[in-house]
Amino acid sequence: MNEMTPPKAERAEALKGLGTARKRVEDARFTQGKGNYVDDLKLPGMLFGDFVRSPYAHARVKSINADKAKAIPGVIAVLTADDLRPLNLHWMPTLAGDVQMVLADGKVLFQGQEVAFVVAEDRYIAADAVELVEVEYEELPVVVDPFKAQADDAPVLREDLAGKTEGAHGPRRHHNHIFTWEQGDKDATDAVLGSADVVAEEMVYYHRTHPCPLETCGCVASMDKVNGKLTVHGTFQAPHAVRTVASLISGIAEHNIRIISPDIGGGFGNKVGVYPGYICAIVASIVTGVPVKWVEDRMDNLMATAFARDYWMKGKIAATKDGKITGLWCHVTADHGAFDACADPTKFPAGFFNICTGSYDIPTAYLAVDGIYTNKAPGGVAYRCSFRVTEAAYFIERMIEVLAIELGMDAAELRAKNFIKKEQFPYQSALGWEYDSGDYHTAWDKALSAVGYTELRKEQAERVEAFKRGETRKLLGIGLCHFTEIVGAGPVKNCDILGLGMFDSCEIRIHPTGSAIARLGTISQGQGHATTFAQILASEIGISADDITIEEGDTDTAPYGLGTYGSRSTPVAGAATAMAGRKIRAKAQMIAAYLLEVHDNDVEWDIDRFMVKGAPERFKTMKEIAFASYNQAIPGLEPGLEAVSYYDPPNMTYPFGAYICVMEIDVDTGEHEIRQFYALDDCGTRINPMIIEGQVHGGATEGYAIAMGQELAYDDMGNVKTGTLMDFFIPTSWETPHYTTDHTVTPSPHHPIGAKGVGESPNVGSVPAFSNAVHDAFRPFGLKQAHMPHDHWRIWKIARDLGLHG
Amino acid sequence: MIPSRFDYHRPDSVDGAVALLTKYGDEARAIAGGHSLIPMMKLRMAEVQHLVDLQGIDSMKGVSVAGGTVTIGAMMTQHELIANEALAKAAPIIREASLQIADPQVRYVGTIGGNLANGDPGNDMPGLMQCLDATYVLAGPDGTREVAARDFYEAAYFTARSDDEILVSVRFTAPKGGYAYEKQKRKIGDYATAAAAVLIEKDGATCAATSIAMTNLSDTPVWCEAAGAALVGSKLDKSAIDAAVAAMLPTIDPQEDNRGPVEFKKHVAGVMLRRAIERAASRA
Ligand SMILES: Cc1cc2nc3c(=O)[nH]c(=O)nc-3n(C[C@H](O)[C@H](O)[C@H](O)COP(=O)(O)OP(=O)(O)OC[C@H]3O[C@@H](n4cnc5c(N)ncnc54)[C@H](O)[C@@H]3O)c2cc1C
Repeated sequence: MNEMTPPKAERAEALKGLGTARKRVEDARFTQGKGNYVDDLKLPGMLFGDFVRSPYAHARVKSINADKAKAIPGVIAVLTADDLRPLNLHWMPTLAGDVQMVLADGKVLFQGQEVAFVVAEDRYIAADAVELVEVEYEELPVVVDPFKAQADDAPVLREDLAGKTEGAHGPRRHHNHIFTWEQGDKDATDAVLGSADVVAEEMVYYHRTHPCPLETCGCVASMDKVNGKLTVHGTFQAPHAVRTVASLISGIAEHNIRIISPDIGGGFGNKVGVYPGYICAIVASIVTGVPVKWVEDRMDNLMATAFARDYWMKGKIAATKDGKITGLWCHVTADHGAFDACADPTKFPAGFFNICTGSYDIPTAYLAVDGIYTNKAPGGVAYRCSFRVTEAAYFIERMIEVLAIELGMDAAELRAKNFIKKEQFPYQSALGWEYDSGDYHTAWDKALSAVGYTELRKEQAERVEAFKRGETRKLLGIGLCHFTEIVGAGPVKNCDILGLGMFDSCEIRIHPTGSAIARLGTISQGQGHATTFAQILASEIGISADDITIEEGDTDTAPYGLGTYGSRSTPVAGAATAMAGRKIRAKAQMIAAYLLEVHDNDVEWDIDRFMVKGAPERFKTMKEIAFASYNQAIPGLEPGLEAVSYYDPPNMTYPFGAYICVMEIDVDTGEHEIRQFYALDDCGTRINPMIIEGQVHGGATEGYAIAMGQELAYDDMGNVKTGTLMDFFIPTSWETPHYTTDHTVTPSPHHPIGAKGVGESPNVGSVPAFSNAVHDAFRPFGLKQAHMPHDHWRIWKIARDLGLHG
Repeated sequence: MIPSRFDYHRPDSVDGAVALLTKYGDEARAIAGGHSLIPMMKLRMAEVQHLVDLQGIDSMKGVSVAGGTVTIGAMMTQHELIANEALAKAAPIIREASLQIADPQVRYVGTIGGNLANGDPGNDMPGLMQCLDATYVLAGPDGTREVAARDFYEAAYFTARSDDEILVSVRFTAPKGGYAYEKQKRKIGDYATAAAAVLIEKDGATCAATSIAMTNLSDTPVWCEAAGAALVGSKLDKSAIDAAVAAMLPTIDPQEDNRGPVEFKKHVAGVMLRRAIERAASRA
């Protein structure tokens, strides 16, 4: 037996565990078009629902006449708010403690708002019927600017809140005001600002955009009137939370609701919330007794389901003459649209925006966020970032640049001077977070030398001179960013959504022949969970990742969890997976000891087996142990080998990274070219380097889009100007930059395997890097701040305003 | 994004197609590649009860280059134009411009006829045909007639073609000298922010003849006679190019949209024209 044992390294490799660049097991079906998405689902007798949407951003609904629509053969019903009222479902609670109209109740508050729900035998008939529903509107004054919305005489948007001076997050001071959220020490910050050597001040706008997943939102609701069970297949990033919410608002007992998230074609935060389409499909199915499908088209998706960002961030940053930051002040005007439907943990109405001190040791800080209603769609979701973390990172990384200008200092040096030092971790930030671990200086130095920073600065200076001599019309920008994320929400003591603590879960069953299934409370939308969670488990329990099935997304089988967003899957469910694996191993140890006829303490773990201490030739592999657990009567042990873990993380995790973008800018056309993009990520322990690289490419490409052209633009009348992919910028392979990825590894001290999460870092880190590159190119000519997106005409305008067109 | 009901016809001859258009009048529309028409139908901005598909008409395919005259069948796709070596030799500007239209998927189905007949100011080929001084051959119930590209465009989506006519082919004299098609767009698959088509013939170092047309800067393509005239007789130096740009600017009338404000578009129009002239001159 001794000779048969392969060497340790060989056995470890066979597991395909932590650190292996294992190919994604999901890709076999996705690349062959064999995925199973909501819109692929066809149930017998299934009907199709479609919305009549408001063409106006603010109007009174005088009447709705559906007679002509109902006269079309194949139209089953047209639901309006009046039909939902008796069920008390014409309004629904939002995740942010507000309420939202399911169907227009007397008025509409944004363009594209759901007014009536047509149910028909197929989607073509439904679309014809939508055209024939006659809605009489009386236009009301529109306000799309969150500052104008706060004027005394601004139109009252939310008449349902008349007289309500207290909202879900404290006092409301104006009819369009939602909340004020304050963090830090105002007086101390004012004092620092008042006496500082240097104070830089700027308004930084992070424009409204949209996660725009490839697959839009949708569901198939199916009420079985025989057994009273409601099954909803849908594009849900948090299936269990949807089940609980559905139970609470419909009154259907929770055990009679089954939520299934099949394959999801990207979420990026867009699929966290609860939308009128889900409610209407469920009601329609209950009423008709047959399944009802609702799937958005692209325009619906961009116009009506959750947007992201739209933060006006006014900042003041104080420093000593030689560049040591002494204080940070920030006031955010947050445009939430018509209903507050942000998907943040309950106690955080501005998400984790208070991570806005970034990677820097800033002793004193103050933050206030005012949430405001406007005539735009609701949302405010975390588009591939933890809650409002992208906004925070953009804010601080712009403020650092603005301060560098004020000080006449190199922005890389200014950052290095103010980083939290390695030995300061765990670090208590002035705005209330405890950063778990970091080594920013090492990452920063590595990044600067990788791109040849000093040389680049020389080249840039020469370019400026050549430009001034009229030898070139192109400028060179060097965009710097050092970001710190806060992910993995989160500890139940301060993180919940609608009262549900934000733990997560994993349940493992080892089969007799030594393979396994693990089920989790999360749901992959492209992150590759089936690949990486199997790797975590492989390393914990010594069974090859190839022999482990990962299953998610069916609330009847998966343990309760809060879902996938905010980079929480690895920090929370990944931890649960490791912990459940350890429970398996603990029992396996007892079984092995029994089989080897030694005491439990006399065996030790060796990659894929337990062996007798000091006698490596005597061992039991996990395969043998698994079988024994099913066929041996072991005194004091129950048969079988299963475990479940509900993991409540002790803290968030704090991934970080150093991103640098080198950009050429044509001052005449406003066009740009990304010459180099370097992305160093430190996400702690690296589970699968190939998946990390893929995540970085994807996230950075979204960041590129956002910084360089993507926006959800409205005109003064509240019309969406970018409602199709002709105008809403999604880069093709042609525009997508080439990325160089790199890493350092600073494990999380509190996570069972030291992993921190990476899916969102590249969106958080790349937006400031791209935007700073644009700013940096024009810094020698006096540019301080120019708002994103940096599309051609806006870059052209920077050049024009600086007098560069002669 | 679902069109309303329509009937579908697939005639195999030009006469058959014309007969269908005549029979159904207002309710009928020809469809070629469908890459302009189908999006309009899905948005329900175009209501078409009878779609008359031209894909089955073989006589509308093909390219011929004979005696210095180039004739292109209206049903040639943009991809086929790019791939055609004879055409690339006779009129390389067509390949250069076609490669800047949309993306490969669109070009596999989008046709030159659809691009020209559509009347969308965003389309690249109409300006190109004005630059080439092409002639369009239209077939209708009363036979065929010819219209100069420079007379064809009346306003956005309004052309000299009547509803019961079909554009069967385009014809032009193979250009001599240098050429360039310069286009600025926001991304692959986008229409022009501004585009310039330029042909230049030189006699020694002196510019002997030119033709200049601008795209997506007015509700029709703009053939800029004065801009071309500003170059003729010059050495194509900076002052001549400045004069050409100055002569072009009053002839365009761009509108503000998501691509940018009017002032920006005028600026970019100037940059595109300048670059196109320089490149065409270097090739002449
Ligand atoms: C994403 C995308 C990007 C694009 N980008 C560009 C671009 O950058 N530049 C550009 O120039 N184009 C662009 N296009 C348009 C594309 O080139 C179209 O294919 C072309 O404009 C129309 O050709 P078609 O064959 O598809 O015409 P269709 O859509 O079939 O028809 C267009 C119109 O012309 C009429 N028509 C078609 N053929 C005839 C005929 N022979 N006689 C009479 N009437 C006829 C139809 O009735 C219809 O009204 C883009 C399209 C898409 C979808």
